[in-house]
Amino acid sequence: MIEFVLERYNYWIFIILMMTGLYIVISRGNLVKKIIGLNVFQTSVFIFYISIGKIVGGTAPIFIEGHGGGHGHGDDGHGEDHGAAAGDPGGSHAQESAGLHDAPANDAAPAAYSVGAPASDDASGDAGEAASLHVVNAVGVDAEETANALLAADAAPIFAAAENADATPTAGGAHGAESAHGVDGAHGAAEAVADVVYTNPLPHVLILTAIVVGIATTSVGLALAVRIREAYGTIEEDELNVDDQIAEFGHAAGDAEGAPT
Amino acid sequence: MTFLDQLPVLPIVVPLCAAPIVILLPAGRAPWVVSTLVVWTTFYLCARLLAAVPDGGALSYALGDWAPPIGIEYRIDLANGIILTLVSGIASLVLPFSFNSIKSEIDDRQLSNFFGALLICMTGLMGVAITGDAFNVFVFLEISSLSTYALIALGARADRRALTASFNYLVMGTIGATFFVIGIGLLYQATGTLNMADLHAKLAGQDNRVVQAGFAFIIVGMGLKAAMFPIHLWLPNAYTYAPSAVSAFVAATATKVAIYVLVRFIYTVYGLDFSFMQEAFLYIFLPIGIVGMFGASTVAIFQEDVKRLLAYSSVGQIGYILLGIGLGTQAGLSAALVHLVNHGLMKGALFMAVACVVYRLGSKNCHAFEGLARRMPFTAAAFIFSGLSLIGVPLTVGFVSKWQLLKASFEADYAFVGFLIVASSFLAVIYVGRIVELILLRPAPTEGPYAGDVKEAPALMVVPMLLLVAANIYFGVQTEFTASIADAAAAALTSGAR
Repeated sequence: MIEFVLERYNYWIFIILMMTGLYIVISRGNLVKKIIGLNVFQTSVFIFYISIGKIVGGTAPIFIEGHGGGHGHGDDGHGEDHGAAAGDPGGSHAQESAGLHDAPANDAAPAAYSVGAPASDDASGDAGEAASLHVVNAVGVDAEETANALLAADAAPIFAAAENADATPTAGGAHGAESAHGVDGAHGAAEAVADVVYTNPLPHVLILTAIVVGIATTSVGLALAVRIREAYGTIEEDELNVDDQIAEFGHAAGDAEGAPT
Repeated sequence: MTFLDQLPVLPIVVPLCAAPIVILLPAGRAPWVVSTLVVWTTFYLCARLLAAVPDGGALSYALGDWAPPIGIEYRIDLANGIILTLVSGIASLVLPFSFNSIKSEIDDRQLSNFFGALLICMTGLMGVAITGDAFNVFVFLEISSLSTYALIALGARADRRALTASFNYLVMGTIGATFFVIGIGLLYQATGTLNMADLHAKLAGQDNRVVQAGFAFIIVGMGLKAAMFPIHLWLPNAYTYAPSAVSAFVAATATKVAIYVLVRFIYTVYGLDFSFMQEAFLYIFLPIGIVGMFGASTVAIFQEDVKRLLAYSSVGQIGYILLGIGLGTQAGLSAALVHLVNHGLMKGALFMAVACVVYRLGSKNCHAFEGLARRMPFTAAAFIFSGLSLIGVPLTVGFVSKWQLLKASFEADYAFVGFLIVASSFLAVIYVGRIVELILLRPAPTEGPYAGDVKEAPALMVVPMLLLVAANIYFGVQTEFTASIADAAAAALTSGAR
């Protein structure tokens, strides 16, 4: 039980930060503090997203020269255990080889991928199966990867890829050939998993967007606080409420409402 | 690459690209003319799009040509086709209307910013409706919300309370959006995908805590944005103090789009197979809908400020829509969709009528409406007819949707709900009746702030308003059009045919 709790420490950080932020928003009367609380609240979600994309031992999702472009994907083991499948020459490798008419056969290497698929050190059979079962997770393959695969499809005629497949009659190679079909490229790339384990890049990309939204919200909120300060001379919520009460009930005719009361 | 191939992306791209151009234009007529033309174009595109949606199917557009499960997909079926047409339709009437109204309410130097923000707001709302990608919903939602905060704050020149209203909306709206993102994150964790159709396929059979928590976060987040009854507190002030034209546009569209997202997630992403879905209908949507209908409508009765009255009435009307969803049947969903569109039409017209009064009399207090029938006959007629529509009098759209709701609730064996719908309509009779009494039976005030010679609002305001009122009546008589589209949309949603 204790282990179960401790293992998920990233979620605890997320929950504590989230609740801290929400508490500040609700309890503080100062508008600037409210906005900062809101910011903390949003930031906790960024941490949540990034922690679910983390893979133990995975590097930053930056393409490493000389290695296959295949992607490890999974969880850090805190949530559902994203199991492991196996892989071989990456889609981008297939691309290179297709272009150069030279097909280096990579060794099958274990990599984290897919949900609940049996781990396999062998690239054949299982790799294809596991990958096709988990095409969803191919979403985890970043845009660059897909771009590579698609480029491969464009640049290299199918026969080149076929040649590549001939040269490396492994499952990965075959999938490399598939990657020449363009739309299937991403799948092919994902299926061919290399010995480099990447952290799932998609949450990072999503969070980049969310950070932009968060900054925009914070700045609009702070700008509003400035305007409120100009109009009311205070940014304390209690005083603002009193002012509004006076505006609504305290004046007779001639105020903003203009109604004879 | 024909025009039709690229059609789905145009309603988003055209106003989004036009907005920065409009902001750069010099203040004056130019930004208004350009943005009006852009919005009309968008409306035309949306109407074309709605007509192009195949029966029971959907148009799919892969953004940037990235194939759907990986790339962002725009997916237009009947349900969001209606929403797109509603949003752009309301915008294309509000924009010509807004020029005089907004000129009298905000600083002239801010005119280009106003029209730019309005275009961005519309783009965001349509983006929420059009996209088939769960995270993209959040991005567009925040685009529309951020511009709405700015638009509401523009009301500060007339009343500084617009600033606090906008601030509160910002805090509540951001909490809502963040809850929504947490929900999406949990779904992503459970499935590894963000495409809605793909999510549906991957979620099937996964009835675990992650999926349930995701559902809860999404419902609460969107409930905040849609002003579901207990979490509606941002709405009355925001609608009351926003510039009148902004109220007319936002009241008719923003909450409707949030409700659409709720429907989309309930039916398309989750589907009715989840065991907790029936409980959610029975214990959340149905009671919240009913309490909202009565609670908010009762509060509306006691409002002096007509815009605030209409705002509370909006919360009540959201209750009817939630109730339709809460029935959990296809007929209920269809009724909810019909009411969604119809409420947009009537609230748009009502807020436009108030905007005309504000333009001439400078106040939205109910005493400004005294003797309006003699002073501003067209505005008075517009208010009365759309008010009747709000109550649900036959030959108006309000009747059509309430009739559908009644039918659906009897079919779903919730007969008592049917009676509650009728009973709560009497509350609407009271709050609309109060204002109508002032308009028709009281003499125009001869002293006090509202005395003097008051002319009818300029034609540029009256014509769009009357067009919207005409739509209220036309779709109230010609019931087949909305009803058949909504039926087909509901059928497609419930069958999970996406």
